Amino acid sequence: MNTLIIDGLAFALPLFIMAIGGIYSEKSGITNLAIEGLQGFGAFTGALAAVLIAGNFAGNSGVPFFVAMLFSVIGGMIFSLIHALLCIRFRANMVISGVVINILAMALTSFLTKQINATVFGAASDKFVLGVSARITVPGLSAIPVLGAVFTNLYPFEIVIVAVAWIAWFVMYKTKFGLHLRACGDNPHAVDAAGISVGKVRLVAVMVSGALSGLGGICFAYSISANFSGAIYVGYGYLAIAALIFGNWQILPTLGACLLFGFARSGGYSLVQVLAMPSSYQDLVMILPYVLTLFLLVFFSKHNRAPRALGVIYDKGAR
Amino acid sequence: MHKKKNGLRQGIAKVFGNPGHQNITIPVFTILVALLVGGAILLALGKNPLGAYYNLLQGCGFAPKASYAGHKSILTDFMNFLSYLTPMIFAALAFAVSMRSGLFNIGISGQMLAAGFFATVTVGYSTLPAVAAKPLAVLVGIVAGAAVGGLIGFLKYRFNINEVVSSIMLNYILQYVCSFFINTYFVDAVSRQSRAVSAASRLTLVDTVVGDLKMDIPLGILLALLSVAAVKFLLDRTKLGYEMKAVGFSGSASQYAGIRVGKNIVLTMLISGALAGLAGVTYYLGYFGSIRPRALCDTGFDAIAVCLLGNCNPVGIIFSSVLITLIDKGSTYMSSTAGVQAEISDVITGVILLFSACTAYIKYRVARLLDRGKTSQV
Repeated sequence: MNTLIIDGLAFALPLFIMAIGGIYSEKSGITNLAIEGLQGFGAFTGALAAVLIAGNFAGNSGVPFFVAMLFSVIGGMIFSLIHALLCIRFRANMVISGVVINILAMALTSFLTKQINATVFGAASDKFVLGVSARITVPGLSAIPVLGAVFTNLYPFEIVIVAVAWIAWFVMYKTKFGLHLRACGDNPHAVDAAGISVGKVRLVAVMVSGALSGLGGICFAYSISANFSGAIYVGYGYLAIAALIFGNWQILPTLGACLLFGFARSGGYSLVQVLAMPSSYQDLVMILPYVLTLFLLVFFSKHNRAPRALGVIYDKGAR
Repeated sequence: MHKKKNGLRQGIAKVFGNPGHQNITIPVFTILVALLVGGAILLALGKNPLGAYYNLLQGCGFAPKASYAGHKSILTDFMNFLSYLTPMIFAALAFAVSMRSGLFNIGISGQMLAAGFFATVTVGYSTLPAVAAKPLAVLVGIVAGAAVGGLIGFLKYRFNINEVVSSIMLNYILQYVCSFFINTYFVDAVSRQSRAVSAASRLTLVDTVVGDLKMDIPLGILLALLSVAAVKFLLDRTKLGYEMKAVGFSGSASQYAGIRVGKNIVLTMLISGALAGLAGVTYYLGYFGSIRPRALCDTGFDAIAVCLLGNCNPVGIIFSSVLITLIDKGSTYMSSTAGVQAEISDVITGVILLFSACTAYIKYRVARLLDRGKTSQV
């Protein structure tokens, strides 16, 4: 039961922060399928920073991890500028732009990883080894039955994510900027009439989504895979998009969707272990989150309402 | 200075000005720019870009290699290239069909896997003679692909589920379910892939002796070219094609005009899925002959790129799939001869795509430039 909650949270929270990024972008009217590529590129820059400085610190030091986090945020943000440029300035089809960015990110990071490993470290390897970040247990709180598991064996990034998510929620729903951002997705002309540049608001929204995706990516690299390689592109970004659509483009329901994915996944793994099934049955269990999503979407999609101007290029002259 | 600018403008007008030719000039321009970018990277790594690009051609049988192994020649390389090209053409066609109705079929890889898996299990492991097995494998592939595609369309029509989300979910589900069955029942102990299909059901005649050579003859390429013609006819000359286009432009307007939008969506996805199914059987029972568990092929995703580069036009797709396949497949030989990472080819492909996504903007800039040229002359 405890591992179920611990592993479930460790999977759900990075997913959640990526989904929040997606919500920012989509609420401002920019369709963002690029989350997959952005999280990969963010993880790449973070991992690169970590392996470059790792030699200067002791093996158990937490500094490389936090540096990696910082750089993954920066990397994701910079890469997201391409999406912003294509969607806002160049008026490209947003879905196409997203897919192209995913392909480009995948190609660039795997090429650069190999090339940097060969030239800088002199090793023929296609990954940066990171290891799993240290875990913390909150004394006292972790002794509470059942709920205590939430505070046991926490990855430090989970705390960061919760803090960032709260800030993101506050900015989105309680500040003027958040209001402008949401208005850009529903009625950009009204925003323009109020004297606020739609393009600028959307640019910031896409950059936020890049930054948060990068953060999510490095968290996956430091927990599930313990390295950076092409294997990071297994569709976490797409799963985040599914979560935000399922959560009806609102932050709190999206958290619910992410927790559902996380617990369905860890629950499935525990089930395989408890019933002592052969490892190939893991494959069957792995489909749980996806089947559950499809199944729930069948019931809830009717009431879903995407931002009205989502995917529409803002044209001042249009009526 | 002013004169020089004018000359530049006239040059651009000459090259890009004709809107009828823009469908060709702009993709060619993007490809050239991408090759330049790739060349710059190669130069930065201290390699000769022209040599590396020539290696790409050599690897695919477009140019002779320095030496060949026994029973191999430029022709066998080219046939092997065609065998790899076939699924790409089908997959890009599948995407073009869905795009016409404004649907974004990102689940081509999953549909390919479903088709390949079902055809492998039913026909590939049977003892049917070649005459029966080959058409049957194709048929099973079409049905399996269409079933998955149709399901995505149905979910969109009936439950308003975004096709991007449902096809991504189905991609994962199919990937893991097929992997489970392969690992449990059909695994080859040595290769850790599914057992090889029977030679009778292979859609590529492997190691056929022709004269002195042993070559792979892809039968699917003929079918692929036929499909190109068929899809072109469907999209340009039939009522269904027209309705698909109308739905793609505006669902509500088409509904107002009396087109049944829901039916159209399902039908589009059925056709798209069927084409993806053809891609699947020519990939898993043609080029490869076995299935790797827990993996989706890249072809289904690259096909999106190929289709966009070809302007979603069936004839354009032939050219763009030749180009992208050339870069992809030739990279192995380039990597071994020139000593560069094979991944550079993916980067070049990515840059080509990035620029082709800007096609609309380039057209817009050219039009603006020409307009300004006209007014300044007056």
